[in-house]
Amino acid sequence: GRREGSGAMGGSASLIPRDLLGEYQELTFLSKQEILLAYKRFSELLPREERENACSVRVPKSHILTLPELRANPFQHRICHVFSTSETGDDSMSFEDFLDMLSVFSDSATSDIKSHYAFRIFDFDDDGTLDRKDLEQLVNCLTGQGEESRLSSAEMEQLIQNILDESDIDRDGTINMSEFQHVVSRSPDFASSFKIVL
Amino acid sequence: EEPPAAAPVDFLQELPSYRSVRRRRGGSQELGPAPPGTAGSRGAAARALLQDRDQQDARPAREKPLSMAEKRRFRDFQQADTEHLSRWKKWRGANSKSLKKALREVKGLSSYLVLWRHDIRSIEGKFGTGIQSYFSFLRFLVLLNFIIFILMFSFVILPIIISKYGIFNNSIAYTSPKNIEDNCTIYEPSDNKGLVYFYNYLIDLFSGTGFLEVTSLFYGYYTIDAVWISVMRYNLPLAYLLTTFACLGLSLLWIIVRCVEGFKQNLVHDADPFQSYCNKVFAGWDFCITDPNAARLKHRSLQYELHTDLLEEMLKQKITERTMKEKLRIYSLRVFINIIVIAILSGCFYSIYRVTVFSQEKSSVIDNANSLVKLLEQYLPSMVITLANFIAPLIFSFLIQFEEYTPAFEIKLTLMRCVFVRLANIGVLLFSLWSQISDCDTDECKPCGYNYELYPCWESDVGQEMYKLMIFDFIVILGVALFVDYPRKLLVTHCPCKLVQWFGLQEFGISDNILEIIYGQTICWIGTFFSPLLPAIATIKYFIIFYVKKIVLIHTCKPAARPIRASSSNFFFLVVLLIGLVLGFFPVGISIGHIPSSKACGPFRNFSTSWEVIPDTILGFPTLLQKILFAMGSEAFAVPFFMIVCIIMFYFIALARAHERAVEQLKEQLVLESRDKMFLIRKIAEAQRH
Repeated sequence: GRREGSGAMGGSASLIPRDLLGEYQELTFLSKQEILLAYKRFSELLPREERENACSVRVPKSHILTLPELRANPFQHRICHVFSTSETGDDSMSFEDFLDMLSVFSDSATSDIKSHYAFRIFDFDDDGTLDRKDLEQLVNCLTGQGEESRLSSAEMEQLIQNILDESDIDRDGTINMSEFQHVVSRSPDFASSFKIVL
Repeated sequence: EEPPAAAPVDFLQELPSYRSVRRRRGGSQELGPAPPGTAGSRGAAARALLQDRDQQDARPAREKPLSMAEKRRFRDFQQADTEHLSRWKKWRGANSKSLKKALREVKGLSSYLVLWRHDIRSIEGKFGTGIQSYFSFLRFLVLLNFIIFILMFSFVILPIIISKYGIFNNSIAYTSPKNIEDNCTIYEPSDNKGLVYFYNYLIDLFSGTGFLEVTSLFYGYYTIDAVWISVMRYNLPLAYLLTTFACLGLSLLWIIVRCVEGFKQNLVHDADPFQSYCNKVFAGWDFCITDPNAARLKHRSLQYELHTDLLEEMLKQKITERTMKEKLRIYSLRVFINIIVIAILSGCFYSIYRVTVFSQEKSSVIDNANSLVKLLEQYLPSMVITLANFIAPLIFSFLIQFEEYTPAFEIKLTLMRCVFVRLANIGVLLFSLWSQISDCDTDECKPCGYNYELYPCWESDVGQEMYKLMIFDFIVILGVALFVDYPRKLLVTHCPCKLVQWFGLQEFGISDNILEIIYGQTICWIGTFFSPLLPAIATIKYFIIFYVKKIVLIHTCKPAARPIRASSSNFFFLVVLLIGLVLGFFPVGISIGHIPSSKACGPFRNFSTSWEVIPDTILGFPTLLQKILFAMGSEAFAVPFFMIVCIIMFYFIALARAHERAVEQLKEQLVLESRDKMFLIRKIAEAQRH
C-alpha cells in the first residue's frame, strides 16, 4: 500500500505503510500526526542502519530512557517493564509497545485504561495488589532518590495507614484493581497529571 | 477488630477474581490451560477474554488494556463475531465506525486551531501543571472576551456601520426627545475641534474624555432609535439591552460548564477530595515534566507537601485536645483580628468613596490647571484602588498567623479575604458614583430623576470610569513587569550582597496573578453595558499580558516552594470568577432597572429607565402573547414556579442522600464478604490438613 511520511517534520525517510497507519489509529487513542511524530522520535533512538525497518526492531531500555519525556520520570523503569512485550524480560520496547504507551498516556485515553495501567505501574512486585511494600516504594519514588529526601518511618507508617483507610474498602490490608480504580476515579488531579505528550 | 489472618497463598491464587486480574494483565505469557478442543493457544487469551466479559464486547479494541498484538486478535475476533449479524446491523456498525473516524480527523485538525497550544505545553513541561493552569485560564478569558465582543459588534455596531456607509439603501432614525424637559437634554461633550495641543489628545486617550467621548466606545454615541435596513426596522435600543443580557448570560453558562467539567465525581462525598492522601500520592507526579531541574523541584515540593499534611493531621489532633481556657483565648483573639480586618476594609472603602467624590468634583470644574495634574486627578480612584489591592493582602497574610488555623485553611481564608477586598472595591467605586449621580439635596433631580447638570450623560461617565480602571490596571501590570521584576532579577544575578541574595528571585505567585486578572475581567463585565467596545480592549489587553507574563516567568522567576495543585486552583479560580460575574450583575441590574436613563444621550432617551424598552416592545406584540408574557412576570406565576423549583431541589437532595446511604451499606457488605472469604479459606486449609 501507499506509504505515509512525516515528511513535513523533516529528517530521514520515515515512512509507515498507510494501512498500518490506519490500523494504529484504530487500535490506539493517538491521531495520525501523533503516530507519525512517535515514529520519528522512535527511529531517532535507533542507529542509522536499522532505521529503515523501525517497525520491527526492539530498542533496549537504556535507549528508551534517554527520551526527555521519560528521563526525569521516577517511574521510568516501571513504565518500560509494564509496556514491554519482550519475551526475554529485558524490558526492551518495540515500536508497537511505544505506541501502546503513548496511547495510554494521551489526552483522549479513557480514565478506565489510565487507571488500569497506573495500577500496574505502581505494583512494584507484580503480584496484582498494592500492599504496604508497594505503597512504601511508591512514596519513596515520589519524594525522590537519596536518603535525606525520604519520609521518616513514623511518617511513612502514618501516610500508608491513611491511604489504606481511604482506599481499602474490604479492609484486607491491600488495594486491589477495582478499589484502586474506584479511588482514582474520585481523584480530580489524576487525568491531568497522568499524561505524556511528545 | 481482629486483623485478617494470613490465608494460604495458593488458595488465593485459585480464586476467580484473582485469576481474571492476572489474565487481563498478562500478555502471551499468562495463558492458563487451553480448554480442550479449541483452537491453538494463540487465540486462547483473546477468546478467554471474550467469554469472560460478555457485556463488554461492544467496546472497541483500543479501550482494552492489552498489548497491540492482542488488540489486533481481539478486533479480529470481534469482527468474526459480527459475521452472523443481520445486514442492517452490519451496515449500521460500518456507518458508526466511519463516523467515528471522521470525527477523529476533525478533532485532530481542530487541535491545531487551539490558541497558544505549543506555548502552554512547553510551560507545562518546565514548570508543572500548577502554573500552566494560570495560562490556560488566561487563554480562556481571551476567548470569552473575544466572543462577547463579536456578539456586541454584530448586533449593535454592525447595523450602524451598515447604514452609515449607505450599504443596502438604509437610514438611521435618530432619537428625538419627546415629552422631556429641555434642560435634561442639553449635552455638549467637549469634542475638541479646531486647534488643540497634541498632549490633549493623549490625555483624552487615557481618560476617555474629549474626542474619545463621542466615539462608539461609550454609551453616548448610540443615540439612535432605529436603523432602517431596506424595509426592515431594526430596533436598536432593544438590541443593545438584549445583547448585554446575552453577553452576561453566555459568560455565566460557559463558566459553569467549565466548573462542572473537572468536578463530576465529588458532589456526593463530603470528604475533601483535594486534601485526600490518595489524590496526593496516586496522582501526585506530573508525568508531563521533562526538565530534570523541574523534576527535582517537584520531588522536593511533594516531600514538603506530604510532610506538612502529616504535620497538619497531628495539629488537628492537638486542636481537639485544647482546653477550655485555650479555646477561649484563641476565639477572642480571632474575633479581635476580624474586627481589625473589618476596620481596615472600612478604611479602604471610605478612602475610595472620598477620592471618587473628590475626583468627580474636580472633573466638573473647568479650570486652567496643568493637564498632567488633571490627568492625575482623573486617575485618583484607580490609583487608590490599586494601592488598596496591593496593601490589603500583605496585611491579611501577616494577621492570619495569629489566628492559629491549620495551614490549608489559612491559605483559603487569606485568599477569600483578598478576593472580597478586590471585588468590594469596585462595588464601592460604583456606589460612590451613583451617590453623586443621584445626589439631590435641592430640586436638581426633579425634572429628570438624576443630577442632570453635572451628569447629562451619566452612563458615559460610568463607562469612562471603567475604561480608566482597565487602562490603569494594564499599565500597572506592564509597569510592575518592567520596573520591578526585571531590576530585581538583574540585582540578584549581579549583586553578591547578602541582603539581596536573601531577598532572592521572585516566585510566580499563581493566586496573586489570577486574582489580578479576575479583577480586570469583573471590570470588563460591568463596563460592557456602558462601553460596548470594552470587551475588545480586554481581549487585546489579555493577549498582550499572556506574552508579558510568559517572558516574566521564564526569565525572572524561580519555581514556588509550595505550589498550588492544578485542579484545586482551577476550580477555585473558576468559582471566584463566577462570584465576580454574579457580583457584576448587581450594578448592571440597578443601572438598567432602577436609575433613570439619561435623557440627553443614548438609545434609551425616550424611556424612563433602560429596562422599559422591553415592556414597551411587548406592548407591540399580539394580545395573546402580551397576556402570556405579562402573566409570566407577575407574582401569580413567580411564586408557584419558585415553590416547584424548591420541591425539585429537595427531591434531588433526598435522592443523593439515599444513594450515599446505599454506598455506605455496600461498603460494609464488602468488608464482611472479605472477612467471610478469609474465614472460609482458613477452614478449608484446616480441613485439608486433617
